[in-house]
Amino acid sequence: MKIVVTVKQVPDPNSNLTLESDNSISRDREVVLDPGDECGVEEALQLKEAHGGEVVLVSMGPDRAKEAIRKGLSMGADRGVLVADAGLAGADALLTARVLAAAIKAESPDLVICATESYDGSTGMVPPMLAELLGVPQLTFAKRVEVVDGSVKVHRQTADGYQVVEASTPALITVTAAIAEPRYASLKGIMAARSKEIKQVALSDLGVEKSEPAETIEGLTDAEARKAGEVIEDDGTAVDRIVQVLAQAKVL
Amino acid sequence: MASVLVYAEMSQGKLASTSLELMAKARELGDVYAVALGAGAKAAAATLAKHGAKVIHVNEDGAFDDYIAEPATDAIASLYEKEKPDLILFGFTSDSREVAGRLAARLGVGLISNASDIEARDGGFVARVPYFGGAKVATMKANAKPAIVLVRPKSFEASEKPGAGQIQQLDVSVADGSKRAHVTERVAEASEKVKLEDARVVISGGRGLGGPQNFPLLEDLANALGGAVGASRAVVDAGWVPYSMQVGQTGKSVRPGVYIAVGISGAMQHTVGMKTSKIIIAINKDAEAPIMKMADLGVVGDALKIVPALTAAVKAKKHG
Repeated sequence: MKIVVTVKQVPDPNSNLTLESDNSISRDREVVLDPGDECGVEEALQLKEAHGGEVVLVSMGPDRAKEAIRKGLSMGADRGVLVADAGLAGADALLTARVLAAAIKAESPDLVICATESYDGSTGMVPPMLAELLGVPQLTFAKRVEVVDGSVKVHRQTADGYQVVEASTPALITVTAAIAEPRYASLKGIMAARSKEIKQVALSDLGVEKSEPAETIEGLTDAEARKAGEVIEDDGTAVDRIVQVLAQAKVL
Repeated sequence: MASVLVYAEMSQGKLASTSLELMAKARELGDVYAVALGAGAKAAAATLAKHGAKVIHVNEDGAFDDYIAEPATDAIASLYEKEKPDLILFGFTSDSREVAGRLAARLGVGLISNASDIEARDGGFVARVPYFGGAKVATMKANAKPAIVLVRPKSFEASEKPGAGQIQQLDVSVADGSKRAHVTERVAEASEKVKLEDARVVISGGRGLGGPQNFPLLEDLANALGGAVGASRAVVDAGWVPYSMQVGQTGKSVRPGVYIAVGISGAMQHTVGMKTSKIIIAINKDAEAPIMKMADLGVVGDALKIVPALTAAVKAKKHG
């Protein structure tokens, strides 16, 4: 079974985000493999261990996105593909999906695994676009994945439990952080990753043309800071007040 | 007048509440059309009419309920070809965003996601979108036609205002080729332990709890509310609870409906991981603790007394 995992390099969640002069989120330092993608890589590795095959990491980003791919390779993935092109700076979700789709089509995988959403963008729009462009079904929010004889079955997380969703492969799945605890790269893995292939391709190699982004950022304002609310001394009635607030918030 | 198509998401035969919030905003933006697909769509149409729909396109084919995203994408794409709305609105919910993503890719137009507001301007639309970890709000102009915008739930208040409410059968048959991601079973599981990141209610404890022996008080409350238990870095560093429970800069980020901070002072390291929670309740002995300045409800008192009493009150209310 051939599995493609889409991976992205994002600002380190442990560092402070900064903005560039054009209001894009600064991605030039302290970048790491997206923590959600680590879970995707882990799930792919577990599927490979159970069923055999190959795990290919596909990414779009500047040259330094290789570091994120390298991290996945050190966990055990077989090789990487990086679409790096100056023309892709500021790409929106659709252009990103078109680029990834072209790169993934060249691999003809049985399964494409994406994180539910990226750590930095957090909109989760690329996976369904990618599924559409690849012409495959999407099985999303998976907290469990099983592959049996050309079909894939997931437990799709819902607000009150889960759905069992099944489809034939090829298919695209998105995985939540609940899917698997990412393994640490061993020293051996890190050494091995150095000699694994990361194929670099340009936009023109894929035959994808740049499109106008879906949106233009016209301006930024500070979000409202959280204001102090009501502060009460517990005189024995505080519990009643908390229960009221819980009821208003509809969690009770 | 712009025409706005609202995707009225159906969830197990019922109209998703976000759909009516979208209707309220759509009325401000132009003529409102709605599309409801799957079981219960006709009944939902009557409600959508009361909320200002001029025309409601319905189709009750069970395939819309049983197969993820693709049948709905087909139906809306064909409706788009006929009606050419200027704007298509979706809720930013897990089901709607899958349909919106496929639709945008099929129409080749892109979309604006995660919006908190939208307005008509110069014959087009601009959306406001939380940005940069929520510290900023970006104003984004939609460049595509149709504009496709996904709006965060609870951004608008639903309100009734009757529209012409003409109900039209949407004439589509779901192709076998779109019946692929098949929902074969639906499982409700209140009992499974709730994950911190996914919980609707998070109760976190800090040094003010006095010691690890008091964390079970938080677990009892979490169980009663169907929530999960988190912790501040201070108590994780002190070895009271495992790192997997840490909320904050170097731990997990959570965004529950209600966050209850118990005995947590509210250092920046902690609050960056929970400040986007919808409602924050703080219980602390210190009225001057920073957490009190950002909580919707701050209770100054003894957590070891308040928490068990709260657990009992929650249980009583649930069973009463």
